[in-house]
Amino acid sequence: MNAPVATDVASGRATPASAPHGTHITIRGLYKSFQGQPLYTNFDLDIPKAQITSVFGPNGCGKSTLINMVSGLLPFDAGQVLFDGKTLTDTKISYVFQNYREALFPWKRAIDNIKYPLQLAGQSKAECNRRAEELVASFEIKFDLHRYPYELSGGQQQLVSIMRALAPHPEVLFLDEPFSALDYEMTLFMRDKLQDIFQATRTTMILVSHDLEEAVYLADQVLLLTRRPTKIAEIVPFRSARPRHPETLTSDEFVRAKARCLDVFQREVRR
Amino acid sequence: MLRNKLAALTPAVGAILFVFAWWLLYASKLIDPVLLPSPQDSFKAIWDGFVGGALISDFLITVRRTLLAFVIAVIISVPFGIILGSSVRLYSSVEFLIDFFRSTPASALFPLFLVILGVGEETKIAVAAFGASLLILFNTAYGVMNARKTRQAAARVMGASRFRVMLDVTLLESLPQTFVGMRTGVSFALVIVIVAEMFIGSTDGLGQRVINAQMIFNMPEMYATIFAAGVLGYGLNLLFILIERKFVHWGGK
Ligand SMILES: Nc1ncnc2c1ncn2[C@@H]1O[C@H](COP(=O)(O)OP(=O)(O)O)[C@@H](O)[C@H]1O
Ligand SMILES: [Mg+2]
Repeated sequence: MNAPVATDVASGRATPASAPHGTHITIRGLYKSFQGQPLYTNFDLDIPKAQITSVFGPNGCGKSTLINMVSGLLPFDAGQVLFDGKTLTDTKISYVFQNYREALFPWKRAIDNIKYPLQLAGQSKAECNRRAEELVASFEIKFDLHRYPYELSGGQQQLVSIMRALAPHPEVLFLDEPFSALDYEMTLFMRDKLQDIFQATRTTMILVSHDLEEAVYLADQVLLLTRRPTKIAEIVPFRSARPRHPETLTSDEFVRAKARCLDVFQREVRR
Repeated sequence: MLRNKLAALTPAVGAILFVFAWWLLYASKLIDPVLLPSPQDSFKAIWDGFVGGALISDFLITVRRTLLAFVIAVIISVPFGIILGSSVRLYSSVEFLIDFFRSTPASALFPLFLVILGVGEETKIAVAAFGASLLILFNTAYGVMNARKTRQAAARVMGASRFRVMLDVTLLESLPQTFVGMRTGVSFALVIVIVAEMFIGSTDGLGQRVINAQMIFNMPEMYATIFAAGVLGYGLNLLFILIERKFVHWGGK
């Protein structure tokens, strides 16, 4: 697949002056159509640094397409994406897929899956081992990482995926509906795990979720998208202190933010 | 406990019944005993043939030819399969050609290969290798083409080059399908080698042995050789399944 062409043109340029202070990712004039049907036309977005931005919107509105374009998995027709003014090539990013079963390498043991991006980066065996041990300690892993992915439960597999994504200390972490294939209990556990990681690392995260509760619970801001052709419907901030916990879900602040999101969403769906 | 032990024996039930039916048929004298010897005589022929007999040397010659043809086929067609499979355009440009030759009975090519390579060892191996390589080629190519895109994307987003993605992901991803090709390929090579041994001026091999036994009407010998060919075919298949399980432990999971 081609790398997104537009980013190369802009290499070396600084973040556009129009971006607010604390912006990490700037998206400018993004165009994308599928089979002549426009999905994004002249799309602009600023994603703040060291925050979690949740992306929420109607099914098929282009949430996955957006993060795939920003992460370089999908080429776009025109536009520019910069990370702190740098191009994607100069930026360390990671991606957690919804379908962990198809994203992990079943021929490698879980621990070797985690080390793989480090090997790609040319790190020595000792460095890989040290980083893997560090991750195991910080995740308080209780299961055997010397097993193969298919020998682990769904939640364990997604945990391994997340560890693999975090191993190279990414500047930005993209997550596309990472918990939607897990049962509710596991989802709750994983949300808090992700929040712990965020608090420990302050990695900029972009989280696509089809679960509004989850989207708001984890977010510093919720990006609400319209139906195609996709625009920003609204960006709803949620400033509740971290760590958030199950009681957060019943707090006034949460209920208000979620209600606001739902309002916007329903307005957009009915349109 | 006993139940489990008995359950382990169920696969043998069919074989025992088969031999028993054979014996019944023999004992009933419905079929000329020259055409259908008793199981005992046939087993004796197998035993004599394998223990210091000529059967074992013919068996080994056929094994050697089959494996040689197979190895040649693998060396040629796995790399080509990977190249073809990694470009849909390239594959569709030769798809017709592959399908055509794959559908052409390889045995129809004997005369052609005879003209080119003469009546020797080379012809038998070449035809078998040709047939097997087409099977391995298109299976490998399909394996590469149908490799899950998510894993390739995962490697790419981690910064793997195109070459690394190919080496670390696509190749392994296509391995189960490549093994299907190798398993059918080796069986196919065996068929071709045996036919070649029967008809193109052979002085050894299981195929030649069957035909000889038929000409001198030595039926126990003939059954013994057919049985040996069966053992070989079954054994090769089993061997490949075991190798596959070891190498592609994640297959189907
Ligand atoms: N490869 C593709 N070819 C054609 N249409 C596509 C392709 N990928 C996505 N689309 C379309 O683009 C829209 C957005 O898809 P997607 O980003 O997956 O939505 P979601 O918001 O549910 O993640 C959908 O209408 C989908 O049908
Ligand atoms: Mg999606």
